[in-house]
Amino acid sequence: MSQIPQTHIRNFCIVAHIDHGKSTLADRIIEKTGLLTSREMQEQVLDNMDLERERGITIKAQAVRTVYKAQDGNEYIFNLIDTPGHVDFNYEVSRALAACDGAILVVDAAQGIEAQTLANVYLALDHDLDVFPVINKIDLPSARPDWVKNEIEDVIGIEAQDAPLISAKNGVGIEEVLEAIVHKIPAPGGNPSNPLQALIFDSVYDSYKGVIVFCRIMEGRVAKGTKIKMLATGATAEVVEVGYFGAGQLIPCEELSAGMVGYLTASIKNVKDTTVGDTVTDADRPCASPLPGYKKVQSMVYCGLYPADGAKYPDLRDALEKLQLNDASLFYEPETSVALGFGFRCGFLGLLHLEIIQERLEREYNLDLVTTAPGVVYRVYKTSGEMIELTNPSNLPDPSEIAYMEEPIVNAEIMVTTEFIGSIMELCQERRGRYVSMEYVEETRAVLKYELPLNEIIYDFFDALKSRSRGYASFDYDLKGYEKSELVKLDILINKEEVDALSFIVHKESAYERGRKMCEKLKDEIPRHLFEIPIQAAVGGKVIARETVKAMRKDVLAKCYGGDITRKKKLLEKQKEGKKRMRQIGNVEIPQKAFMAVLKLDNE
Amino acid sequence: MQTLGVYIHIPFCVRKCVYCDFLSAPATRETQRLYVEALKKEIRENAGLYTEYTVETIFFGGGTPSLLKGGHIKDILSTLKIYYKVSQNAEITLEANPKTTDLKKLCALRAAGINRLSIGLQSADDRELKILGRIHTYEDFLQTYGDARAAGFGNINVDLISALPSQTLESWINTLEKAVSLTPPPEHISAYSLIVEEGTPLYEHLEQFPPIPDEETERQMYYETKRILERHGYERYEISNYAKQGCESRHNRIYWQRGISHTHDYVGFGLGASSTVGNSRWKNTSDMSLYLSNSANIKEDQQTLSENDLMEEFVFLGLRMTAGISAAEFHRTFQKNIEDIYREPIEKWVSQGLLARDGDIIRLTDKGLDFSNTVFADFIL
Repeated sequence: MSQIPQTHIRNFCIVAHIDHGKSTLADRIIEKTGLLTSREMQEQVLDNMDLERERGITIKAQAVRTVYKAQDGNEYIFNLIDTPGHVDFNYEVSRALAACDGAILVVDAAQGIEAQTLANVYLALDHDLDVFPVINKIDLPSARPDWVKNEIEDVIGIEAQDAPLISAKNGVGIEEVLEAIVHKIPAPGGNPSNPLQALIFDSVYDSYKGVIVFCRIMEGRVAKGTKIKMLATGATAEVVEVGYFGAGQLIPCEELSAGMVGYLTASIKNVKDTTVGDTVTDADRPCASPLPGYKKVQSMVYCGLYPADGAKYPDLRDALEKLQLNDASLFYEPETSVALGFGFRCGFLGLLHLEIIQERLEREYNLDLVTTAPGVVYRVYKTSGEMIELTNPSNLPDPSEIAYMEEPIVNAEIMVTTEFIGSIMELCQERRGRYVSMEYVEETRAVLKYELPLNEIIYDFFDALKSRSRGYASFDYDLKGYEKSELVKLDILINKEEVDALSFIVHKESAYERGRKMCEKLKDEIPRHLFEIPIQAAVGGKVIARETVKAMRKDVLAKCYGGDITRKKKLLEKQKEGKKRMRQIGNVEIPQKAFMAVLKLDNE
Repeated sequence: MQTLGVYIHIPFCVRKCVYCDFLSAPATRETQRLYVEALKKEIRENAGLYTEYTVETIFFGGGTPSLLKGGHIKDILSTLKIYYKVSQNAEITLEANPKTTDLKKLCALRAAGINRLSIGLQSADDRELKILGRIHTYEDFLQTYGDARAAGFGNINVDLISALPSQTLESWINTLEKAVSLTPPPEHISAYSLIVEEGTPLYEHLEQFPPIPDEETERQMYYETKRILERHGYERYEISNYAKQGCESRHNRIYWQRGISHTHDYVGFGLGASSTVGNSRWKNTSDMSLYLSNSANIKEDQQTLSENDLMEEFVFLGLRMTAGISAAEFHRTFQKNIEDIYREPIEKWVSQGLLARDGDIIRLTDKGLDFSNTVFADFIL
């Protein structure tokens, strides 16, 4: 491969709104460039986590290298870096973009531009990438390619008249896309003779090879034996292997030089030595300055993660450490809960991110988890003048020490067809939203801008939005800043004992409603005991809602079964198994899923 | 010589009751005949396994065993008596439902050696019986009961079920009063609380039935049962079983009372019947055509019980008996102190008043009987 000159390398990614067909197009590109025959092709090669396949979304940035023989007779190396489409994963998009020189913008021929189309295009333009549009799903009866072309030009302001019209699903128009990649995406710059300067855009842990660093070589070259240094962490290591990305596998090669995208391994065992965004250089001949890296996104949503079985705490710690290597946007630190024991306070980009991490921990690491109510980061200004960033409601200082509190506010952009504007505005109002503006992007569609408290959108805003617009509204947000707010801590008492893991911060106005719903929900989740159990919601020691789990009257199944003891025994074993999955708070056994009750408060 | 209980399953009935989840269905006379042949074959072919045993109890359960011709029952019993050593004073029970027998048949059964009858009354209220899908009225039951006494049955159990759809506390008390006022009164009464089992018509179409009594009423019925039956000289010896002094079902005790000094081996013959002999347990096939084609080789789900299994069962079966379990008996059986295995649940439930400890004996309290599953679950190792 090394005989292919730098001018024949194309490093690019595909950006799109969710479901506009990004992954399918990626598959077609890989297929057409001959890396895989369609027979070998498993659906959506790039989405190689089980979870991604099941949910049909791309979570992690993935890379693949293929070789394309263009119509001009030359062979080109394509490094395709896949990016996630969901709003939660802007950070992942950002790191993928940093490794690219251009981007393909995929727009659905029927739906046109959506909120995340805009968000992702702007991110790409921010990274100085050359973007060219592709209009997908032209096979749909409702496809309106000319209309979409105009929309792209009007709304985004990039040339779209000669955009390839394709159906990634049916393999139509792919050749045109490949040629456009050759002609519209610039070759990478950089000089192979300069000192090594490479950007780490991802990394995975492999139990044999240690940390595998995914990098884009900006300047210089790296090969087996190069002594490398990470500029930010200062860690040094000797390169054991370099290579590039086949479909689902790593292919070793001689060296990586300026403009190339690939991986290196260097028996790095400590995952903390390779932070994503760091610059790799040659220890013996270092570059002058680090690369700018890219904007590190702050965690937006926090929750407690606890092992269901307390003995699994070290396993959870190891799993989080490994996941963080893959997913630099995951934050965690140890915490303890009276109710749940030892666990971690974890920070996520959003609720979907939280769910995905939770599922990956459960599936890939076989952990059984208890998740506490997710919350955002509040700023608590104390009378002493000190400010603390509160990620765990239990750490809220005594009200007498609090001067005031602030909560994060986001700028939300909601794109919606005009018929649903009313109900979406109503929803935003209910969620304490502040109307900013409304702009028509065309006659039947508008972008609604609202300022919304983040804690009002982390639970189920997305679902509510979809259901009130029959699926048509799309949504994107970024953090605006912090604003003073009337916030209170809602405590839950079960059988008169406060359960720290169930506390959450809520706006004063919503406290009663939330408290009432929480009690109702817990009443359904907590099984009856031999005694009556009061469930109370309280703010500042004052009870604002109450429900009661009535005492169990009997638990007896006396039947003969003609000596068929197996059946009876299975029943008792099930009962015992159920008990194991409970948390003991005082005399009360609380099922794990009760701790997640707060997540479902609005689903009724 | 060890002792053995024999269960014989007769999976036939006139019509399936709405709450019934036992293995039973209507069948032609020819199927019944073929089944009896297969049953006899199974009994014969397995006799070699039990040469060291004396059969102390035989129980014909169903289904409705009384649906079979008297000759069939006689045939089965003769086969057992030829191939097995059946004790002279064995308890031999047959489940009978009203409207499936008459005096003549009952006399034949008595002559064939049946010495205990278990009659399914369930309720003395004809309306309730109809809702349950029973084929008889209370009047029909009286006929059968009278015939049974006339035929010479001196040991009769009456089966009752409480918490039936539409049942009131009054109607349940009425059922109990009628049962204890029979002349002569039954020696044994089983009073179960209705369990709505998955897969039954009652479960599938619950909304089409009159309401089942609420929990409060159900509990009152349950307390009335004990009160009324005890007042009439019945002693509760198991969660749902009451008997006049000395008339406890010996066969039931085989199921419940485990341990080295008790008879607890039982073998089940017939479709879907369960067996536990020593530490091995199995179940017969539930597939009728399979059973009919080769009844000598139809054991399924064979398992060897571990010591833990045996200890668990010693406790959760034994505690069903109001007499409770004996720590000494536990030690004799397992060479282990019950405290070493079960200290935690024993102490927990004694302190919460669901178990009582009187020296050697551990038993469920009256309250504990209400929550037996909660207690038992803690004894699963």
